[in-house]
Amino acid sequence: MTAPNPSVSLREHVVPIKAETHVVAVRWLKQALVLGLADGRVLRWRDGATDIVEAHAGGILCATGDKDRLISGGDDGRVVATGAEGEPEELAKDPKRRWIDAITLSAGGNLAWNTGKTVHARDEKGRIRTLEAASTPQGLVFAPKGYRLAIAQMNGVSLWYPNTEAKPEFLEWKGSHLDVAWSPDGRFVVTSMQENALHGWKLGDKPSHMRMTGYPAKPRSLSWSHDGLWLASSGADGAIVWPFQGDGPQGKAPRECGVRHARVTRVAFHPGALVLAIGYDDGCILLVRLTDGSELLVRPAQKGSGISAFAWDKGGKRLAFGAEDGAAGVLTLPA
Amino acid sequence: MSDKIPVTVLTGYLGAGKTTLLNRILTEEHGKKFAVIVNEFGEAGIDGDLVVGADEEVFEMNNGCICCTVRGDLIRILDGLMKRKGKFDAIIVETTGLADPAPVAQTFFVDQDVGDATRLDAVVTVTDAKWLKDRLKDAPEAKNQIAFADVIILNKTDLVSAEELAEVEAAIRAINPYAKLHKTERANVDIAALLDRNAFDLDRILDIEPDFLESGHHHHHAEDVRSISLTIPGDVDPEKFMPWINDLSQIQGPNILRSKGILAFKGEPRRFVFQGVHMILDGDLQRDWKAGEKRESRLVFIGRELDEAALRKGFEACAA
Repeated sequence: MTAPNPSVSLREHVVPIKAETHVVAVRWLKQALVLGLADGRVLRWRDGATDIVEAHAGGILCATGDKDRLISGGDDGRVVATGAEGEPEELAKDPKRRWIDAITLSAGGNLAWNTGKTVHARDEKGRIRTLEAASTPQGLVFAPKGYRLAIAQMNGVSLWYPNTEAKPEFLEWKGSHLDVAWSPDGRFVVTSMQENALHGWKLGDKPSHMRMTGYPAKPRSLSWSHDGLWLASSGADGAIVWPFQGDGPQGKAPRECGVRHARVTRVAFHPGALVLAIGYDDGCILLVRLTDGSELLVRPAQKGSGISAFAWDKGGKRLAFGAEDGAAGVLTLPA
Repeated sequence: MSDKIPVTVLTGYLGAGKTTLLNRILTEEHGKKFAVIVNEFGEAGIDGDLVVGADEEVFEMNNGCICCTVRGDLIRILDGLMKRKGKFDAIIVETTGLADPAPVAQTFFVDQDVGDATRLDAVVTVTDAKWLKDRLKDAPEAKNQIAFADVIILNKTDLVSAEELAEVEAAIRAINPYAKLHKTERANVDIAALLDRNAFDLDRILDIEPDFLESGHHHHHAEDVRSISLTIPGDVDPEKFMPWINDLSQIQGPNILRSKGILAFKGEPRRFVFQGVHMILDGDLQRDWKAGEKRESRLVFIGRELDEAALRKGFEACAA
């Protein structure tokens, strides 16, 4: 609750990057950091050296990826993979130039994206199957194991096995579902909603509902802890972290971390510790340790520089961030 | 509010000339860059980098308000466009001919992210001088679009006689006497008459509606959609008025398409101004009543099956 003590600051460990336009996504590849930008370019950063490639003719709307590529969806109707070197490669193109609103990649290399209401799923062998959703999906995520896709849409979430003819299972809950997250143990599916809330389902023969309400804004950023027991979310004046031990958060109070007079816009759990990176709409970034709530300042508030993207590297030594005004940077944790 | 991107909503029945108007806005030299959201199944013929196809995905908010429907696709698209600020100065949303303008308008009041980044500038409705009277008989959407409008383009006037034109104009005015009306042939209206209207800006409510303070216009009681104007020649008691208007909008909200009001609150030197779309009301204390300006309280409702006598009685009971 208290203001971060300036003496416990990591500010001097941050290297700035100039992206110059709204940063939609950041991702660590094996050999570089890549930033997907709202003007369709991808900026590649390698220990201070940068280069820029044009990935989209319009803007980047969403992105996913693995250790080798950033895979972005654009308002030019294209899905493009950009590696640490070389030119971007087009993976798909919509003849009608419809927006790619959502994109996701599974650990096994399955890719899914939408064009309007059509959901496309491409397995690791390159076979594409499509599904017509009832409304334009805004969130897609694969199950942690197996070829199964969660599709967030109006009035619920479809769970689809793209390689079977079976009708998707529909988890119904009235309202507009935006982003979707699947717990690492596969037991829970959680969406962010138009009505400033999260909605969750505990999967099983009879999925049970979980309502997580009380946000002053839409919780558009979700992040699971490395152990899968906590789900952090944005949308309030602190990060709201829900417990997912046992039967989930129903009836339990969430933790509130890094409460400030600003709105949390992005959250990202450290890949190996219960430490949460929290980005705010005033540009501030804090690291908060979940166990005792202690806070470290990474970036002080900067007007108009709200945090729009986060990524930890695989080992959890570096945190990359991007902001809506095109500022970006890399924090390297002191050894 | 100046840094919010203005959004113009373009409605009109099929064939009225929406696409012609849109193409004119996009091709004419006016030094402005537009992002345009068109409906995918609409009249074709609009192309460009910042043209986005929408699906008119209307949904009901989970807030217990039955007429509180919003456009989910619009929220999504505006969110995407806002990442490209600087690429355009204004946004135009074209709706299908069958669309109800209310969910579009309500989106700007209900969704906080949309409301923070953009402002609804005006609803512009294109109508067809030749066919409008028929549409008013058989298409409730056409009526809603006129009732909702801040600006009405009465197009294709060259296809009707002067008498027919006067008749169709009277039919429009019976539903909505407050909108700015422009008579055109090939949608050849001055673009400046469509943009930057600030029609939903509380500070501008009087400026754009000169008819607003002229009472006593003729009502066509045959129309189920019409406007009602009420006046109290003095102050109202806010302790009575606020609960009344809130209850009224909750109960009759589905039938009230638009509402506006300028009120003198007892003991308050400033004017209270409000405007509403169905159940959603937006009001604030505005500038001071000027010296010599008559303190009086006025309301306007445009809606369906409104009981004028009951509204008048309810409002008059709020007098201070």
